[in-house]
Amino acid sequence: MDIHEYQAKEILGRFGVPVPKGGLAYSPEQAAYRARELGGNAWVVKAQVHAGGRGAAGGVKLCCSVDEVQNYASSLFGRQLVTKQTDQAGKGVYRLWVEPACDIAKELYLGFVLDRKTERIMIVASAHGGMEIEDLAETDPQSLRRMTIDPAAGLVEFQARELAFGLGLAGKQVNQMVTVLQACYRAYRDLDAMMVEINPLVITGSGDLLAVDAKMSFDTNALFRRPEIAELRDRSQEDPRESTAGDHGLAYVGLTGDIGCIINGAGLAMATMDMIKLAGGEPANFLDIGGGASPERVVRAFRTVLADPIVSVILVNIFAGINRCDWVAEGVVKAYREVGMTIPVVVRLAGTNVEEGKAILQESGLPLITADTLAEAAAKAVAVRPKLAA
Amino acid sequence: MAILITENTRVIVQGMSGRIGQFHAADMIKHGTNVVSGVTPGKGGETLLDRPLFNTVREAVDATGAEASLLFVPPPFAADAIMEAADAGIRTAVCVTDGIPAQDMMRVKRYLRRYPESRKLRLIGPNCAGIISPGKGFMGIMPPHIYMPGRVGIIGRSGTLGYEAASQMKALGIGVSTSVGIGGDPINGSSFRDILELFQQDPETDAVMMIGEIGGPQEAEAAAWAAKHMTKPIVAYIAGLSAPKGRKMGHAGAIISAFGESAQEKVEILTAAGITVAPNPSAMGETMARVLTQRRAAA
Repeated sequence: MDIHEYQAKEILGRFGVPVPKGGLAYSPEQAAYRARELGGNAWVVKAQVHAGGRGAAGGVKLCCSVDEVQNYASSLFGRQLVTKQTDQAGKGVYRLWVEPACDIAKELYLGFVLDRKTERIMIVASAHGGMEIEDLAETDPQSLRRMTIDPAAGLVEFQARELAFGLGLAGKQVNQMVTVLQACYRAYRDLDAMMVEINPLVITGSGDLLAVDAKMSFDTNALFRRPEIAELRDRSQEDPRESTAGDHGLAYVGLTGDIGCIINGAGLAMATMDMIKLAGGEPANFLDIGGGASPERVVRAFRTVLADPIVSVILVNIFAGINRCDWVAEGVVKAYREVGMTIPVVVRLAGTNVEEGKAILQESGLPLITADTLAEAAAKAVAVRPKLAA
Repeated sequence: MAILITENTRVIVQGMSGRIGQFHAADMIKHGTNVVSGVTPGKGGETLLDRPLFNTVREAVDATGAEASLLFVPPPFAADAIMEAADAGIRTAVCVTDGIPAQDMMRVKRYLRRYPESRKLRLIGPNCAGIISPGKGFMGIMPPHIYMPGRVGIIGRSGTLGYEAASQMKALGIGVSTSVGIGGDPINGSSFRDILELFQQDPETDAVMMIGEIGGPQEAEAAAWAAKHMTKPIVAYIAGLSAPKGRKMGHAGAIISAFGESAQEKVEILTAAGITVAPNPSAMGETMARVLTQRRAAA
């Protein structure tokens, strides 16, 4: 789960990372008020969206008067910000963060991630910050320094010092860096984060470290014990199709094709999408109905998939283990009747109670297209798509 | 032989008194698995499915000589239950639980290192369908009837895609020695490589079907190990050719976040290591059949 920059700064600041002071605004007037309140004569106004690449997309601006702050804020609010990291729809801007401009001498990169190879928290740092880590890894891989942290000992001071010196820091910056690193590590560990990123970590004109941007993302599996983090969820930044599906216990990811998928199991869902692609089609979504799916959950899955207007055919592929084909079949029939289906539906059932399931589909008298194998199901789904007007 | 579980393996079920635990324990017993007891803290002394329940894994091990444990413990308590099994001397634990916090798994993996090789716990999962040696026994949630006993091992992250492979093979008359679901989490107990090693050593396994997916380094590690040490043929499939970067596809670990983690890149790595990659998920069975025929012709 992602949170906003200002929330990440607030959290990291509490753990001891030096962050600029700033103010949150929900309206252009409030943004101007925040600028006045903060004082000074130059401010950075930043769109708060759950995506990187805001600067290049026009979501961050240095403003040299309160009027400019207000005007820029007016142009941002309610806009969909499309960045390199969002889809074409972009992310809605409903909150702005206003900070006094700071004097930047140098920009560093600092990130904490879960390294799956060592199964430990890993620090990634570079003396060349400011750009996205993906670009950095491509253009300047030599500058990246990596270090893993032993969970039993935690981040020990000499490790942090080694990294600070390795980044070319000197004097008071070394101890400041040790503080920043240990604060980020503790925040990561104590709050069940999956990612902490400070980019850029700035060296100011006076030689001090300052976290000018910050990003945190959290382990959704641990939110049950982090209610204070769970509260930070911002549904306006999520794909509404995915949020609604999630509320009903369905794992859904919206994609751009037109073949709606209803499948059990993440691996089989990905494999079915692959099969559709190989058969010449494009999947509209990833959807895993999970184990032990009731007919009601199947109906819910149909509604979720059909909420996407691009969908022109639905492919149901179930290999029942703890699921039951008869329940799924009942759900398919029920959904077909309840939603007033107007597009073709291809169903492939296998596994537990498959014969009962097939019989239910057969006896329903509905024009369902059935298939016995994965390949057949994908081929039929691609073949029955309504032809696009030439 | 098979690996990890046979008809003689004495199995306990942690969380057997729960609805799901009870359902699957009953299914395992029905299919001949040697389930000796259940463990639920606070229910010690009770009886369920004609088996005694114990408060702790240690009591269960002392009383029954159990060597394997299947865990149906809810996510907040699952890591603790795995460590309890390890400390009580259980040698193989299979954790079905989906949704364990990543840092809990970091702790578990580190905890397991404290025991010497001779009494170390081998963890399978979490977030997996379990393990089955068809005709002998199983620990997990799979439908046992789709597996035919035979001589091909299966390793996969996904439960249902593993079923798909087993049933494609069964349709072609190819049976399974043992099928192992290693689970879809970013940090898991046993890797593809760990299980490949077991299959390589198992005299009753002739070939291995390896079913990977996007995300993580484990397929590449397995490929590097196999190129050096594996004499038995491997057929692989990697799910997620059409998965976009940076999006989590159902499994917590199924996310492309670094170089070498996309399906295309993994297919290249596996192919370069001499592993036969099935061209599509509907061709897992026929690819295995072809490889086995070639192997026989060469012998």
